[in-house]
Amino acid sequence: MTVSDKDRSVALEAKGLVKTYKRVRAVQDVSIVLRRGRVTALVGESGSGKSTVAKLLARLVEPTEGEILLDGRKVRRVREYRRKVQMVFQDPFASLNPIHTIRYHLTRPLKIHKRPETPEELLERVHLPADFLSRYPHELSGGQRQRVAIARALAAHPEVLLADEPVSMLDVSIRLGVLNLLLDLKERLKLAVLYITHDIASARYFADETFVMYGGQIVEGGDSESVTQRPAHPYTQLLIESAPDPERSVVALDAPPEEVAAVSTGCRFAPRCPKVQSRCWTEAPPRTEVDSYGHWAACWLYGEAAA
Amino acid sequence: MNFKTRLGLGILAFFTLIAVVGSWIAPYGPSAMSDDLLSPPSGAHWFGTTTTGQDIFSQVLVGTRGVMVVGLVCGVLATFLSILVGVTAGFLGGAADEALSMLSNVFLVIPALPLIIIVASMLPSADTVLIAAVISLTAWAWGARVLRAQTMSLRRRDFVEAARASGERTWRIIVFEVLPNLVAVIASGFVGTVIFAVMLQITLSFVGVVSLSTWNWGTILFWAQSNQALGQGAWWWFVPAGLCIALLGTALALINFGIDEYANPRLRKVRA
Amino acid sequence: MTFLLRRAAFYLVTLWAAITANFLLPRLLPGDPVQAMITKLGGRLNSDAMASLYILFGLDEKKSIWAQYVDYWGALLRGDLGLSFTFFPTPVADVLSQSLPWTLGLVGVTTVIAFLLGTLMGVYAGWKRGSWMDSLIPVTTFLSSIPYFWLGLIAISVFSVTFPLLPASGGYAAGLVPEWSGEFIGSVLEHAVLPGVTIVVSSVAGWILGMRNMMVTVTAEDYVLVARAKGLSQRRIMFAYAARNAVLPSISGFALSLGFIVGGALLVEMVFSYPGLGYVLFQGIGAKDYPLMQGVFLVITLAVLVANLLADVGYLLLDPRTRREG
Repeated sequence: MTVSDKDRSVALEAKGLVKTYKRVRAVQDVSIVLRRGRVTALVGESGSGKSTVAKLLARLVEPTEGEILLDGRKVRRVREYRRKVQMVFQDPFASLNPIHTIRYHLTRPLKIHKRPETPEELLERVHLPADFLSRYPHELSGGQRQRVAIARALAAHPEVLLADEPVSMLDVSIRLGVLNLLLDLKERLKLAVLYITHDIASARYFADETFVMYGGQIVEGGDSESVTQRPAHPYTQLLIESAPDPERSVVALDAPPEEVAAVSTGCRFAPRCPKVQSRCWTEAPPRTEVDSYGHWAACWLYGEAAA
Repeated sequence: MNFKTRLGLGILAFFTLIAVVGSWIAPYGPSAMSDDLLSPPSGAHWFGTTTTGQDIFSQVLVGTRGVMVVGLVCGVLATFLSILVGVTAGFLGGAADEALSMLSNVFLVIPALPLIIIVASMLPSADTVLIAAVISLTAWAWGARVLRAQTMSLRRRDFVEAARASGERTWRIIVFEVLPNLVAVIASGFVGTVIFAVMLQITLSFVGVVSLSTWNWGTILFWAQSNQALGQGAWWWFVPAGLCIALLGTALALINFGIDEYANPRLRKVRA
Repeated sequence: MTFLLRRAAFYLVTLWAAITANFLLPRLLPGDPVQAMITKLGGRLNSDAMASLYILFGLDEKKSIWAQYVDYWGALLRGDLGLSFTFFPTPVADVLSQSLPWTLGLVGVTTVIAFLLGTLMGVYAGWKRGSWMDSLIPVTTFLSSIPYFWLGLIAISVFSVTFPLLPASGGYAAGLVPEWSGEFIGSVLEHAVLPGVTIVVSSVAGWILGMRNMMVTVTAEDYVLVARAKGLSQRRIMFAYAARNAVLPSISGFALSLGFIVGGALLVEMVFSYPGLGYVLFQGIGAKDYPLMQGVFLVITLAVLVANLLADVGYLLLDPRTRREG
C-alpha cells in the first residue's frame, strides 16, 4: 500500500442508514464513505434529510437501522467515537453558548479529550487573534464565531469533520474565507470532511465527491466535476438549473411536500419530475452507472438504457 | 435597574435588617404584659397594646425573624426541588418527563392549604423549621413547571447539541450549559416561592395550627382574632402586621417584575 | 376528545393521590391524636362509629397496611367518613353536605366574577400600555400581596364595626329558617356581600397582571400587525385577534391556581364565620377533629378537580388546535 493510498483510505463508512421519526422516514437507506484528505459534499434542499445524516454520523441521533464503521470497525463507546468524529453546526449564533467565553468553549474539548494543545494554538489555526479568548460569542461576528466553532471541533484532534451547512448563515462576502479555511485544514490535518449544503455550485468548488439527496435518499453520486457539469438525475438537473444564472430562465421546483410524502413505493421524485414515466410511480429505480468513472444515478432513464 | 425594582429591593433589605436586629431593638419583650390594657398607639406603645398589655410594636419587630426565616428556607428548599424536577423532566423528555410533569401537576392541582393544615395539626410540635419543610414540599411545583418549559426550549438549541457532539457528559451539559441560561427564571421562581411560603406560614399561624411559642406576624393576628380585637374596635392590633405582610409581598413582587422585564424585553416600559 | 380523556385520566390520578395521602398521613405521622379523642369521648361512641374510625385512621394495627387500604376505600365508597367530634354525633358526610352548597355558591360565583373582571381589565391594561392604566399595576400588586383573611378583617372593621352597614358573620340572619322565601334569600345575599367582595378584590389582581402581560406579548405578534395593516377597527383587533389568543394561557392558569384560590376563600369563610367548608374546617382545627378535617380536604379536592374539568372544556371551545386534535 502506497503512502497516497493510505492517506486516501476510508475514515468513516455508513452502511444502509435508516432513521424513522414516528411515521416519517427522514433518512432511507443512505450509504456514504468519507476518505482522509477528501471533501465529500452532500447536496439537497431543506427537508431532504441531509442534516439528519449529519446528526446520525455525529451520533447525536441513533439510527433506526444500519451501521457506522470508523476505521473499519464499530465503536461502542460514544466518547471514543467523538474523539475521532467532530461536527460544525449551521448556525454559529446558536451553536455557541451565550454565557460562556471563547476560552471556555475551546478549553472544554481539550480537557475532555486530554489534548496537549492550548486554546491559543487552536485560535491560531483558524486565523483568529489570541485576545479573542476572553470574549463572549455576542461580541463576535458570524464569520468569527464559525471560526471558533471550527476551532472547537478541531480541539479533539479528529479524523472526520462533519460540516452541516457551515457557511449558509454567513454573509456572502465571508463565505469563501471560511470555505478556504476548511480546505486548508483538510490538507494540513488530512481530515475527512463531509460538507453538507443546499448550494450545489459551492460543492463543485469545494468538494472532491458530491452526493445529491432527495426525500431521504441519495439519488446521484460521483466526482464533483461530473455531477455538477453533467448531472444525470432529473432532480440534480433541476437543482443546477434553478441556481440563479442571468443567461437561463429558471425552472421552479415547486411541488408541495405532501405529494412527496404520499409516494410510498416508486421513485420519490416522481411527483415533481419533468421526465416521469409510468414505472416511476410503482418501482424504485436502482443505482445505475452513467459513465465508467464511478458517476451513478438512481433513475429509470438510465436503468432502461442499461437493460 | 428601574425605580420599581430598586424600591422592592429597598423594602426587602429593610425587613431583612429588622429580622436580624428586631429582637434587640424591641422596646419590650413580645410576651411581657403591662397595665396598659388594649390602649391605642401612643408615644410609649407605637402600635398600641393587646388585651393583656403586650406591646404590639415589639411583637411585630420580633416576629419579623420567623417570617423571613421561613421565607428563606422555603425559597431555597423549594427552588432546589423545582430545579431538580423541572430541569430533569425538560432535559430528559420522554417517559421521565411524562411522570415528573404529572407529579408536579398533581401537586399544583391539589388544594395545598387544607392539606398543610391537616399535616401541621397532626404534628406533635409544629415549630418554624418543620413548618418550613412542610411548606417547601408543596411549593416547588409551579417553579418546576416553568423550568421544564424553559429547559425544553433550551434543549433543542444548537449549543446543547454542540456540547454533546464535543463529548460533554449529560450532567455537565445540564449544570454548565443549560442551568446558567435559566438563572432569570430560577430567580423569579425563588422570589415567587418566598411570597407563597410567607403567606402560607402567616395563614397557618393565623388559623392556629402552628406552635404559638415563637412570634411571627401571623401569630399576632391569631391573638387579635381570638380576643375579638375587631369587635372591640382595636384596629391597631391587626393593621400593622397586615401592612407588613402586604409591604413585604409587594416588595417581592416588584423584584419579580424587575427580573421578568430583564428576561422578557417586551414587557419593558415603553418610553413615549 | 383525546384531550379531554387525557385530562380526565389525570384528574383521576390526582384524586387517587389525594385519597392515598389522606390514608397515609395519620399512619405515618407520629402520635395517635384520634385514639386520644376516642378515649376522651369514652362510652359515648357506639361500636359502628368506633369501627369506622378504626378503619379511617388505622388504629387496628394487627391488620396489614394493604388490608387497611382496602378497608379504607370500602368505607369511602360507602360514603362513610366517620363521625365528627366537633358536631358529635353527626357523621362527617352530613356536616359536609350541609356546608358544601354555601362554599360552592360563594367561591364559585366570586371566582368567576374575579376572573371575568380581571381578564377584561387586563385586556385593556395590556392594550393601552403606557397610559394611566399602567398605574394600576403597583396598586393591584399591593392588593394581591394582602392575605385574603386580613382584607376580610379590615372589611369587617370598616363596614360592620365602624360603619355598621353590613353583617359581619354568618350566612343568613339569626332566627331565619333556610327556605325559598324572599326574606331568606335577601338575607343570604346581604351576608354574602362582604366575604364576596373580599374574595373578588384580593383575587382579581392576579388575573389583571397575567392577562396584561400576555396582551403585551401578543400585541407584538405579526398577526396583530397584519390585522392593523388591514385597517380593522381597534375593538375588533383587541378582542378578536389579541385577547382571543392571550386568554388561553390565562385559562390554563385559572385551572391550576384554583386550588390556591379556594384555599384563600376558605380563610375568608373562617373570618366571616360563613357556614361553608372553610368555617367547618376552622372549627375542626380548634377541636382537633381529624375526621372532619380530612373530609373537608377530600371534598374540596373533588370540587377543584371538577372545576378544572370545566375549565378544560372552556379551553377546548376557545382553542381550535385542541379541538381539531380531538
